[in-house]
Amino acid sequence: MAVTSTVAPLRRRRSRRSVPWGAYSLLAVFTILFLFPVYYLIIGSFETPSEALNGIQAAAPTHLTLANYHSLSQEFFSSTITGSLRGFYTVSTLVSLIVVAGGLVVNSLAGYALARMKFRGHRTLLLLVIVLVIIPFQAIAVPLYYMLSGMRNTVVVQALPFIGSAFSIYLFYTFFLNLPPQLEEAARIDGAGPWRTFLQIILPNAKPAFASVAILSFIQIWSSYLWPLMMTSQPNVYPLSIAIGNLVKQQSTPNYGEMFAFGVLLVVPMAAFFLVFQRWFIRSVASLAVKG
Amino acid sequence: MSEIILRDVSKTYDNGYQAIHQIDLTVREGEFMVVVGPSGCGKSTLLRMVAGLETVSDGEISIGGEVVNDFTPGERDLAMVFQNYALYPHMTVEKNIAYSLRLRKLSGQEIQRRVTEAAEILSLTDYLKQRPGRLSGGQRQRVAMGRAIVREPKAFLMDEPLSNLDAKLRVQMRSEILQIQRRVGVATLYVTHDQVEAMTMGDRVTVLRAGVLQQVDTAQTLYDRPHNVFVASFVGSPSMNLLYATLNGDGTRLQVGSQSLAVSAETFVRRPTLRAYVGREVIVGIRPEDLTLEGAGETLVGRIGHIEALGSELIVHFGLDARNYVVEDKGGSAEEVEELLEETALTQHVRNVARVAPRSSVTTGDAVPFHVSMERAHFFDLSTGESIW
Repeated sequence: MAVTSTVAPLRRRRSRRSVPWGAYSLLAVFTILFLFPVYYLIIGSFETPSEALNGIQAAAPTHLTLANYHSLSQEFFSSTITGSLRGFYTVSTLVSLIVVAGGLVVNSLAGYALARMKFRGHRTLLLLVIVLVIIPFQAIAVPLYYMLSGMRNTVVVQALPFIGSAFSIYLFYTFFLNLPPQLEEAARIDGAGPWRTFLQIILPNAKPAFASVAILSFIQIWSSYLWPLMMTSQPNVYPLSIAIGNLVKQQSTPNYGEMFAFGVLLVVPMAAFFLVFQRWFIRSVASLAVKG
Repeated sequence: MSEIILRDVSKTYDNGYQAIHQIDLTVREGEFMVVVGPSGCGKSTLLRMVAGLETVSDGEISIGGEVVNDFTPGERDLAMVFQNYALYPHMTVEKNIAYSLRLRKLSGQEIQRRVTEAAEILSLTDYLKQRPGRLSGGQRQRVAMGRAIVREPKAFLMDEPLSNLDAKLRVQMRSEILQIQRRVGVATLYVTHDQVEAMTMGDRVTVLRAGVLQQVDTAQTLYDRPHNVFVASFVGSPSMNLLYATLNGDGTRLQVGSQSLAVSAETFVRRPTLRAYVGREVIVGIRPEDLTLEGAGETLVGRIGHIEALGSELIVHFGLDARNYVVEDKGGSAEEVEELLEETALTQHVRNVARVAPRSSVTTGDAVPFHVSMERAHFFDLSTGESIW
């Protein structure tokens, strides 16, 4: 009796203590590996160029400065040849706005039609959408360039090819497929037409899908480089991604502090956008409330 | 006038599958009509055709004297309660109930009046500002009812509205739905696969099988005088015992396996057509409550398989050395179903059920004589399955 009573708590204590240190260390290494570049980008943007490249010490600077941000604004706001920072932001924002807003309208309707309506060629169209998802943009960039070359150096042309997105359509399609059709049937019986049903019943319950598509397409368009590089040659229509590239090209000796600062300026809107929409991105409400 | 009348209504899908076969049915004003049948029998399709959610391939549906085949669901002026309630998750209870009224552009005052009234009837007043996601199953069910009654529609359609509720709540909601229907007094078409629900709720019950209407009658008539062997086996729980049997040459005895039962002359008076079956094989149907352990008269000896004690009664499952008739449900013929059952040795010899008094002294494995109330036995034609009267 006495033996068992002493052994049992010991065993229990040991099992409580057996923290999987190996797994934790591995996770810690990966976490550092993934987070360090972000940290380096941010901290480097507040360091002088020489400090920013000073090996491991760059990660723990002795003093921080706003000089990089200051010189960036000086360079870009003053110079009419290279364009202004405000201009780049405006272009990037406009392009993203057109792509995200236009995309939400066009792709949600397409996804809804594919999920709910019966029409001739439905299967073929769905298959086509799936095929289009796997075709990389680079493959169609050159034909697109010839199709749209007349619109070069405009804001619209930077957005146009990305409004309709097979990936977004597919995302909407799968979401609507899982939405209980009885919601629409109830609305029909209540006397709502198809548009009203979509706007008043479907749309409010599809926030997670809309948020996901908005975030994904915003990230994609905000950081797109190849297409604006092909379609723009004038600083007044450069988006941020091209401007940062030009900054590197302009400087005889690269100023990494400034580059880091520009990098931060490029990332901040994306992070902000994500933070605003992430609560719907993660939450899936509709199915919870409908089932009994 | 708000009758629902179906004339020769059929539904054939694009792939050629015929879900509904020429159904004639009238739901009278204020009547509570239940459509019951096994899953896949087309009962929901039928309801959805009335609602306008499915097109009508053939025939005519009229509501309140008006043919509505070409009307949209909204134009039919019906209210429907769905199995999963289909409440709008993003709207409060109040907005859910008021939605159809808002679409009909009723005045704010009138909407308010009707919503308040419905909420009072359904005890939902405290929940008006909540969203459906925060309500219990029973409350959601009430909201769905509220959404239906505020419309003051020509008819109610209900598609298995209680199947998502637990057993106790289901019984409670049954009576609530009935009370509301009586109060509103509109024709109601109620679909369920649960025959107990059908029997307890319907003024009349329609039995459907594979898209074909079997019988429309009051619950008691369906139970006492089923038109065919399907209705006989479907209505009643536990279901009727169905056995192959042969009427002997002079019609005085019915051979059931190795045993036989006396057939009185009175049986032939009550069922004159039975005379034509003398010397032939028939299906005999005996309700579980018509087999008793005590009493007089003819007996069938069966070996007890297992016993379910329900407190108020015992459900005794027993085997006979006679062949059971198996009613095909859907998909697969009777023979296939029977073959399948033969393979499962466990059920092979215990396919008959008796409902006996509680505390009866019966033990598993015993061979027990069951007294048969022959005057209450049913007879069916072996080839057509029709009742012999």
